[in-house]
Amino acid sequence: MYEAIVFLPLAGCLIAGLFGNRLGVVTSQWVTCGFLVISALLSWVAFVVVALQGNVETVQVLTWIDSGSFEADWRLRIDTLTAVMLVVVTSISSLVHIYSIGYMSHDEHQQRFFAYLSLFTFAMLALVTADNLIQLFFGWEGVGLASYLLIGFWYKKPSANAAAMKAFVVNRVGDFGLILGIAAIYLTVGSVEYDTIFAAIPGLVGQNFSFLGAEFPVVTTICLLLFMGAMGKSAQFLLHTWLPDAMEGPTPVSALIHAATMVTAGVFLVCRMSPIFEYSPDALTVVTFFGATTAFFAATVGLVQNDIKRVIAYSTCSQLGYMFVAAGVGAYEIAMFHLFTHAFFKALLFLGSGSVIHAMSDEQDMRRMGGLYKFIPATWVMMLIGTLALTGFPLTAGYFSKDAVIEAAFMAHNPMHMYAFYMTVIAALFTSFYSWRLIFMTFHGKTRASNEVLSHAHESPSSMMVPLVLLAIGALGAGAVFSSLFIGGTAELFWGAAIFTTEANEILEELHHAPTWVKFSPMVMMTLGFITAWYFYIRSPETPKRLAEEQEMLYKFLLNKWYFDELYNFLFVKPAFWIGRFLWKQGDGRVIDGMGPDGVAARVLDVTRGLARLQTGYVYHYAFAMLVGVAALTTYFMFGGAL
Amino acid sequence: MTGTFPILSLITFLPLVGALIIFVIRADEEVAARNARWVALWTTAITFIMSLTIWVGFDETTADFQFVEQAEWLGNATNYHMGVDGISMLFVILTTFLMPFCILASWESIQVRVKEYMIAFLLLETLMIGVFCSLDLVLFYLFFEAGLIPMFLIIGIWGGVRRVYASFKFFLYTLAGSVLMLLAIMAMYWQVGTTDIPTLMAADFPAEMQTWLWLAFFASFAVKMPMWPVHTWLPDAHVEAPTAGSVILAGILLKMGGYGFLRFSLPMFPIASDLFAPMVFGLSVIAIIYTSFVALVQEDMKKLIAYSSVAHMGFVTMGIFAATTQGVQGGIFQMLSHGWISGALFLCVGVVYDRMHTREISAYGGLAKRMPLYAFAFMIFTMANVGLPGTSGFVGEFLTIIGVFQVNTTVAMLATTGVILSACYALFLYRRVIFGALEKDTLKNILDLNLREKLTLAPLIVATIFFGIYPLPIFNVTAVSVDNLVANYSAALEAHAATDSSVPDFASLGLGR
Repeated sequence: MYEAIVFLPLAGCLIAGLFGNRLGVVTSQWVTCGFLVISALLSWVAFVVVALQGNVETVQVLTWIDSGSFEADWRLRIDTLTAVMLVVVTSISSLVHIYSIGYMSHDEHQQRFFAYLSLFTFAMLALVTADNLIQLFFGWEGVGLASYLLIGFWYKKPSANAAAMKAFVVNRVGDFGLILGIAAIYLTVGSVEYDTIFAAIPGLVGQNFSFLGAEFPVVTTICLLLFMGAMGKSAQFLLHTWLPDAMEGPTPVSALIHAATMVTAGVFLVCRMSPIFEYSPDALTVVTFFGATTAFFAATVGLVQNDIKRVIAYSTCSQLGYMFVAAGVGAYEIAMFHLFTHAFFKALLFLGSGSVIHAMSDEQDMRRMGGLYKFIPATWVMMLIGTLALTGFPLTAGYFSKDAVIEAAFMAHNPMHMYAFYMTVIAALFTSFYSWRLIFMTFHGKTRASNEVLSHAHESPSSMMVPLVLLAIGALGAGAVFSSLFIGGTAELFWGAAIFTTEANEILEELHHAPTWVKFSPMVMMTLGFITAWYFYIRSPETPKRLAEEQEMLYKFLLNKWYFDELYNFLFVKPAFWIGRFLWKQGDGRVIDGMGPDGVAARVLDVTRGLARLQTGYVYHYAFAMLVGVAALTTYFMFGGAL
Repeated sequence: MTGTFPILSLITFLPLVGALIIFVIRADEEVAARNARWVALWTTAITFIMSLTIWVGFDETTADFQFVEQAEWLGNATNYHMGVDGISMLFVILTTFLMPFCILASWESIQVRVKEYMIAFLLLETLMIGVFCSLDLVLFYLFFEAGLIPMFLIIGIWGGVRRVYASFKFFLYTLAGSVLMLLAIMAMYWQVGTTDIPTLMAADFPAEMQTWLWLAFFASFAVKMPMWPVHTWLPDAHVEAPTAGSVILAGILLKMGGYGFLRFSLPMFPIASDLFAPMVFGLSVIAIIYTSFVALVQEDMKKLIAYSSVAHMGFVTMGIFAATTQGVQGGIFQMLSHGWISGALFLCVGVVYDRMHTREISAYGGLAKRMPLYAFAFMIFTMANVGLPGTSGFVGEFLTIIGVFQVNTTVAMLATTGVILSACYALFLYRRVIFGALEKDTLKNILDLNLREKLTLAPLIVATIFFGIYPLPIFNVTAVSVDNLVANYSAALEAHAATDSSVPDFASLGLGR
């Protein structure tokens, strides 16, 4: 069964990718969607069997790398953590597959699109089922490849190609850390298998090893290197720049890869590695810091963006920060819970905005929308549900998970916990503001769209609406239904050995004792954000314009995303080309060639030109002469030596 | 195993027989060319199939040389001695595997002196296989150096505009190295009294002599590899060589350097290898970073891939001189996998070069539109070049990093930046050639892969993916020999440390002779 879950999407990818042109669009869609739906249904069965009944299992598939004591197998590890991810990935993926039938119906390369989607799903499943770090890395890079291919799916657009490449390269910066982390684990533990590593880590606490010429504590170094990988994949502060650009890809891709699943791989990694992270309070502090900073930073940028998808992209970035805060304070269960609920409501928001874009003839700028609720009421309702869940309206999914993150941050003990608390609370205010701003700018007020666009505005086909409705159910109910299971009193039983916490870590219990004002602060922030957004965009639409003019510096700073792209361009991209050109022309050209072969070659050339004039053509005759010459010379030397 | 069927000689000299057949065919130009092509294709194909028998018959449980042949040759010191072990066997297969593709790649693109071209390639194949099978230094040297000549001719006669410059640069560099190696061979002969490689491996050279011999061999192998800073012949040679020449150059000839390190430097001069390992690490890291940056700014597709080859070979030298199981196995794997990946990349360049007669990156763009199959194949090889897990490019690169990390974390860290840089240059190339809108008028009618090109690229795709997912067949062959090599290496170092605590340093070298 577990093999089927993982390999059915691969089969779908191969069939649609290799034979798609012969099978035709419809068959390809049926195959990929059908396989994924089966895979999703089996995943829910696995969820019941593994997570609820506690039947943890490992399935050996194939030996992969075997070099000395370095062994890595293709093996599926199915525990609760995996089961949760299986459910999230296959459910969202199958809904996105189905949604894409409608959304991509006008595209000429649909087989390729569905093949990529299935390829992505396979790689993601390989990642979450990995039993060792090397298979995890395979999935890790596999999703990166699929993301690259899908962001650049419309390869005629230069901006899409640039975004695709940026995503891959920035992720590789994170991978740099991940690879070194894996190498450090192998050096200190002698294995890359999870169980062996987890068993060995307690013994390494307090030990140092020599890294880059200095002594560093083993466990913290490993954690920080792994976290660098997580930062790249999950678009955390400093390595976040690729995610907003990734919105160049088709919207279903944004929903699946850049909101619900792939970007959460970093969070998954930290939770999966909880038996290591738990032993390094320093590393957890760093995780908390980056999570909190990202949550705040991305939310500020989201405040002023005008592209509907970019707002949601920054929102994703911010929410990923929340997850890292939870993991950083030792509440891995809450991190996973937020990952779980976030998948539903963020996929809903993305697919909903896709429905808006579809209706608006591919318009994405909210300044050219407004008043759309009359034209696409069903989409409007879906987006409202998504927004309520994201902002944490009571009893929706976000309410349970996000509030738990904030409370956990307050009750935690690591040095960054209060910073994280304030950042996440402020971010909650911003989240509410930009979410409602999106709703108001898109659906309410006077319409700013041209009549021509509006005349085409239509509700999406049912292949798009059904996934939206299912996701909306998840966004409303996932929190209430699964809250007690994931983070309630029996959470320990539910997670089993999949998540490890030390004896001292009582955060799940402690968060219930948070002061009342802390418990209410997210709700207050949510209300404040809503009121401000309402005032700015419904009541008095000239206020934001006036504010932007008055605070031009700040506005520009936020609009240009804190100038990170410009900074990186200046710091890395331009110097790289400059260094390349310098090394090529000066290093290779002037120094090495100039000193060495060119001087000699020039003289040889003079001689041979003279010779060539004497003896025209048939250079190959000389070949045999030279061969014989070399042989004779060697033989002479050999016998000369013998005498 | 002496006295059994001389399979290695058969494989080695079969191509030569083909070359002779082509040589004696007399017909008018057109017919002779066609015959030459078919004879060359059949010869290389049969050689490949024959060579598979040594893989099938290979005993994976021993580090000893197998399929050994020995015959009297030059007096009692130098014999005709052939044999393979887990380190060399797969290089023989790699050579025979790549040759048919080279012939196919030259099918239409070579129109002048076809007969001579095919003869040169078959001769080259004999010499390359000979390099990997020789168990005698003189024999090795002959094959090793003679291989220069056909390659020199292939570049010099069938090459591009600046072919004369490139072929001389190639010749000068490699010749400079080989002169030193010849001297070293003579010195070894005087010391031990034989040129038999297994005997020399067992011979314990004095520590100080090792350093000199090591340096002499290093001069030759570093050029072949090529290592920074003696790499500048490679981009020029690649650019001017015909497609098949580039494939052989990147696929096989570069591997002779790495093979030489494994066959001679490490087992025969362990103390010197240990002494010079930091230098090799330094050069390797420079190669990885330096050439990656240079690759980023190239405007010629072949040059870009050539520079990326230098970077990838940096991982190989680094892994080999880490002298850990993972490092050495990773190095071997990386060489094999780079053999077909870089070969495939050059074939990919050849595909569009045959159509457009330019390698300028800026002359292309948007090929995905009219050449989807080509875009697919090129994507696979680009990703393999980037070292994506699931392709064979990952396994070797990753193992060398793991291997070096155990010895020197700083080197491993610096080398790992190559992971980022390779993504930059490879994807940047792909983006400029394949993606974008198809706007250039010259490209409007470009055709996708034809049957011959599909047949050439498909097996390479299969090899890339298969060994990326299931590299065990290769590890099984190399495991015992590599373990043996690493064990002997560390034993030699320990023995040396026990007897002589004063490790020779650079200062004492000058006082030697």
